[in-house]
Amino acid sequence: MKRTMALFGAATALAMMPLAAHAERGASGHLNIIYWQAPSILNPYLSGGTKDVESSSLVLEPLARYNQNGELVAWLAESIPTVENGGVAEDLTSITWTLREGLLWSDGTPVTSADVAFSAEYCMHPEGGCAQAARYQDVESVEIVDERTVTVHFSVPKPVPYGPFVTAQSPIIQRAQFENCTGARAPECTDANFYPIGTGAFRVVDFRPNDVISFEANQNYRDPALPHFATITFKGGGDAASAGRAVMETGEMDYAWNLQLAPDVIATMAQGGRGVPISAFGTLVERIEVNMTDPSPDLPPEIRSTRAAPHPVLSDIRVREALSRAIDRELLVEVGYGQAGRPSCNLVPAPPIFRSDANDNCLEQDLDRARALLDEAGWVVGAVGIRVRDGRRLTIDYMTSTNAVRQDFQALIQQWWREIGVEANLRNINASVFFGGDPGSPDTFQKFYADVSMYANNFPGTDPEAYLGAYRCGFEPRPETQWQGENINRFCDPAYDALHLQLAQTASIEERGRIGRELNDILMQNYIIIPLVDRGRLSAHSNTLGGVVLNTWDSELWNVAEWHRL
Amino acid sequence: MFTFTMRRLLLAIPTLLFIALVIFLLLELSPGDPMSDMPLTIPPEVRQQMRLALGLGEAWYIRFYKWLYLFSVVEPSHVLANMTGYDWLRVEGQRILSFQTRSPVADIIAQRLPQTLWVVGLSYLFGILVAVPIGIYSAYRQYSWFDQAGTFVSMVGFSLPTFFTGPLLILIFSIWLGWFPIIYDTTLVVDSWANFLKQLRQMAMPVFVLTLYNAAQITRFMRASMLDNLTQDYVRTARAKGMTERIVVLVHVLRNSLIPVVTVIALGIPTIFTGAIITEQVFRVNGLGALLIGAIYGSDIPMVLTLSVVFAILIVLFNLIADILYAVLDPRIRYD
Repeated sequence: MKRTMALFGAATALAMMPLAAHAERGASGHLNIIYWQAPSILNPYLSGGTKDVESSSLVLEPLARYNQNGELVAWLAESIPTVENGGVAEDLTSITWTLREGLLWSDGTPVTSADVAFSAEYCMHPEGGCAQAARYQDVESVEIVDERTVTVHFSVPKPVPYGPFVTAQSPIIQRAQFENCTGARAPECTDANFYPIGTGAFRVVDFRPNDVISFEANQNYRDPALPHFATITFKGGGDAASAGRAVMETGEMDYAWNLQLAPDVIATMAQGGRGVPISAFGTLVERIEVNMTDPSPDLPPEIRSTRAAPHPVLSDIRVREALSRAIDRELLVEVGYGQAGRPSCNLVPAPPIFRSDANDNCLEQDLDRARALLDEAGWVVGAVGIRVRDGRRLTIDYMTSTNAVRQDFQALIQQWWREIGVEANLRNINASVFFGGDPGSPDTFQKFYADVSMYANNFPGTDPEAYLGAYRCGFEPRPETQWQGENINRFCDPAYDALHLQLAQTASIEERGRIGRELNDILMQNYIIIPLVDRGRLSAHSNTLGGVVLNTWDSELWNVAEWHRL
Repeated sequence: MFTFTMRRLLLAIPTLLFIALVIFLLLELSPGDPMSDMPLTIPPEVRQQMRLALGLGEAWYIRFYKWLYLFSVVEPSHVLANMTGYDWLRVEGQRILSFQTRSPVADIIAQRLPQTLWVVGLSYLFGILVAVPIGIYSAYRQYSWFDQAGTFVSMVGFSLPTFFTGPLLILIFSIWLGWFPIIYDTTLVVDSWANFLKQLRQMAMPVFVLTLYNAAQITRFMRASMLDNLTQDYVRTARAKGMTERIVVLVHVLRNSLIPVVTVIALGIPTIFTGAIITEQVFRVNGLGALLIGAIYGSDIPMVLTLSVVFAILIVLFNLIADILYAVLDPRIRYD
């Protein structure tokens, strides 16, 4: 009997051994991550840059975040508050979060509701210049109910109250550390901004701005078996090509973020055999925005590219439709994105509930239909194959930012448009100028001194209400707003605005989906925006790195605690 | 001499002020925006708030004045305090903050300086050590095969830009042979022989590229200067007195030939600090050159302005030093 017991015990011990070895914190050793854009600061409230938000997500965590399927999961919170479980008030003006029990900061002090309330106060300070202020929009106050509970009160009913404290963009920061850093003093707290104390799986050991960060496992992390890695070197800088090479060819690095490279380049690197590219899709859509107003340089500056001067050619929906029909989206994907892209006919390509299938006829290139539309609009083919109407050639100024893939797209689309008799003048502008928004520069995408412009945009989280709201009347950039505004096309349709208002007042998710799809369809069927490619995220990890789940709805490093060495 | 130095130093102040103003205005007029790196999902109102928080809401002359005050009073006090260890020297209050990192510009510069000094400084030193003997011997045996070879190498060094030789070396030594790493590891602490070897390996390629470039220039100066002197009467006199060739060349000729070369070397020292912008970029050496480029891309105005003005100060200063050295080495030159 005794012997059997002993044998049994030995067998159990043997069976447990690999598990135990695996379950030990830090057992996987060292992890090398490379982001080809180097992090400048580890406080996501002071920088909206993806590199900064994602690197800080190793340390700072939100109450809830989205998983790889775009579903909300509780993170530091006990559960997701909803109307059904009473966490969200019936009138949609408040939401109550409860922290998990026993949470500790990496310095060993407990996480309390005061820290949660402080995080909101920090970002909502009017002089702070908080990059994530949009997530705290309409927040009236954050009430501390007890040690672990806070209630966020909104000034208007919020059908989707998951702005504050959700996703890596609005994490919980430690009150004790940032207390004296609010408002105008925020940038002075260099130590806090470089070495934030967090609840995440790792803590910062050494931060070198725009260069490299060293992390080590947080000894107070809530799961005693995690993280698997003991230390991380987070290298920043360089370019996407050398980052991909370092993972897939030389094996110097374990994880490379966002490899925006031509598909054949990725394929060649993958042959290196040390790592594999992975991709996932979110809401990023590469599109051509059509200018509904006249960008002619002959106009005085106060009406050029404003709604006072409708576009003489592109105001005609038939021309806009023809431009869209002439494009072969499949080929664009093949040339530019490979496995990290798929053709898109929608502005909102995901999540499924918001994805319309009413516009799928754009997938097929139809040059005849395009030509017929232009004929119908009165544009006849002139001497050199370019269409003419009333002595005016059908010429389009086509601008975008400088980027190899975009220039390829420009050349292809120019060719297709040429085939239907439309001449395109191509222009590309350095990204820092194009996206810079300097009201003094004539080359920003907001000013839109061109007929069409191409770039990509997406929305944070899974709800497109704010994103679709950009296309309402009055949101267009114009001289009075110093050319700031999100309605780049200067589209204006009262019916659209009314429908959007309805969306803002609807709580049921099915209803929201229906209205969202309808709003998307209005924009698509008016050909205000010509969607091209639903762009996924392509990253790469080493063959010896396990546990990576690529998530485009939140930080890519969202589950880094579970990454391990194979 | 003293009055000359004082006069030059005083004159440097308006020059530097003017340089600072010009750089500031150029940055002001150039397109680009510190918010351009931010994702488009950040709405325009928030961007505007962020710009205001960076201090961009004020008129340009106010911002320039503020920067000037911080640069000439607050930052030097911190540098002094760090160097001497006396904390009471610090002028409290705001410092020049980088737009990108929101941390004091001076701290980042201090963090990047060692890499630049090691890589660029070492290559300058090596360049001099290699160039001077080659220049001497080339001139002494003019048109010999050694001279021809030296001329060839220095022409190669002169005419091949570092953005060509750099990637060429990477291709040969990193990708084909796998001897040296591509990425310069700034966290490496040299505390053992193994790490020292690592440091040597990662520095080898950038140092070699820059040494070739520096040596090419200095060799030509050295050779030309030696040739000028070798035909002088005093050389014949020295030989007539029965001195050995060794003494004639290495003592009489060399000392006189070094005068122009030393000033050229002094004038080149500021380039050690400005960093070899292209080479640092090619080899991922995170030094001052890479810092400047990154700041320009990110429209980080305080960083670009501060770095450029520091470089301007160094250039003005070393110009003065070169002039003074000239007078010290050559007794015929008197400024007073």
